[in-house]
Amino acid sequence: MITTDELQINIGPQHPSTHGVFRMLLTVDGETVVHLEPVFGYLHRNHEQLAEVNTYLQNMPYTDRLDYFNSMANNHAYALAVEKLAGIEVPERAEYIRVLMVELTRILNHAGALGFMINDMGAWQTPLAFGIREREKILDLFELVSGARMMCNYFRFGGVVRDIPDEFIPRMKKLMIAMPAYMDELERLLRENEILLARSEGIGILPREVAVSYGVTGPVLRGSGIAYDIRKAEPYSIYDRFDFDVPVGSVGDVYDRFLVRIEEMRQSRRILEQIIEQLPDASGGHINPKARQNVRPPVGDAYARVESPKGELGFYLVSDGGTKPYRYKVRAPSFINLTPLGDMCRGYKVADIVVILGSIDIVMGEVDR
Amino acid sequence: MSPTPDPSPSPRDLLREQLATVLPHACVALPDDLPELIRTADVVVHADALPEVVPFVIDQLGYGLLSDIAAVDYFEHGLFELVYRFYSIGGGGDLVIKVRVPREQPDVPSLMPILPGAMLHEREAYDLFGIRFIGHPDLRRIYMWDEFEGFPMRKDFPKQGDNYIGEGA
Repeated sequence: MITTDELQINIGPQHPSTHGVFRMLLTVDGETVVHLEPVFGYLHRNHEQLAEVNTYLQNMPYTDRLDYFNSMANNHAYALAVEKLAGIEVPERAEYIRVLMVELTRILNHAGALGFMINDMGAWQTPLAFGIREREKILDLFELVSGARMMCNYFRFGGVVRDIPDEFIPRMKKLMIAMPAYMDELERLLRENEILLARSEGIGILPREVAVSYGVTGPVLRGSGIAYDIRKAEPYSIYDRFDFDVPVGSVGDVYDRFLVRIEEMRQSRRILEQIIEQLPDASGGHINPKARQNVRPPVGDAYARVESPKGELGFYLVSDGGTKPYRYKVRAPSFINLTPLGDMCRGYKVADIVVILGSIDIVMGEVDR
Repeated sequence: MSPTPDPSPSPRDLLREQLATVLPHACVALPDDLPELIRTADVVVHADALPEVVPFVIDQLGYGLLSDIAAVDYFEHGLFELVYRFYSIGGGGDLVIKVRVPREQPDVPSLMPILPGAMLHEREAYDLFGIRFIGHPDLRRIYMWDEFEGFPMRKDFPKQGDNYIGEGA
């Protein structure tokens, strides 16, 4: 029998499968991973300190750049934190518009994430185009309301920056008719493909107790079988008015995380349907007219969190009574979801590492901040 | 304090009550005349008591999900504050534990032996604030490069010029 030596290799920081500038220091025995150490910081820009020299409102566009896939969700979490700190109320219509945007964001994130994950398995480009194609259509809607496709900067304290235009709802309805078909299509891509099944079933298992002790949230936690969704666990905004299910996996492998994301897209579409039914007319206003944007919150601290497509996104703010935050801390979901990466990868092959990383769904803008 | 008593005690008050009986030495009694900025309604515990309080919170009270460890530099008051935020998998609001340590000697026991999820939170607080987590198995810089000197999120860290590179770099 031929014995092998352990070998240290780098994946990244410049590597197509690491979703940005992220390095994994691997110790491998032949093709098997013995140890994996994630190395961070290549995109670090001290976002949190930048926020301390900006006013509260100036930070809003910066939050877009945390998780640049989901700028609307970041805006939402930050707006909620400042509103909690300063005691600002949000009109009914604005709440509906906010949830509408955030659920659209969830669909586009999952469509993209699934496409990238299949891409990581080696099904080069074509499946990714399936996801990206649907994402583009939603980005067009975002452009319609905010003027920007990705860096939307759409939320303000007490509402949103402008009301949705008249053609928005008809266009969204048209999009929603097409949604179930491509969601089924994405699911069939995996379920009916022998190779993709072999690459995902039983790979990167994260048992449920381990997932909790590592503080993992979002689809990764739900894939491990724990029905923890902040929209249900601690409803914020108006999520208590909608009827939707929280899908969970059973084993906690890559396959489960894939299925959880597909099902979450369907549930988001359900929420969108309810929003269209319940959306109040424009007389309520899209922003609280009394809310000052140049806000000076009273001394104190506040933490607000949302179920972003990647997990628990929270902002911790401390105010000293001035126009700038005294402390601004981002609790980034994809950063914390990387904590168990070493454990999840141990014992699997090098080719599985990129799939496991893809199934966690990270964005380096948020991980490194 | 609101004049009408709330019938259901908040998790915060519940924790304070229970800690008073189970771990009487853990809670810090804050003086009433604190400056406004560092006044808090949350439970503040002694740093040394943290390894006892956290298992109590997880096992007895059921708050098993460590969500966040946020460090704050109260420079004018000479202290660092760590905000530990726990949630329950069953849902509901947060449970906050605060720890205050002097700026000159920022030593806090690590949660790593209890909760492996504290790994990256503690490395981040060490990297940006210089808080030393005693017992952390791998307390290294996480965002800044290894040769970097100083802790960039501290309030007294120079925000301009090239001093931040450090003499030895």
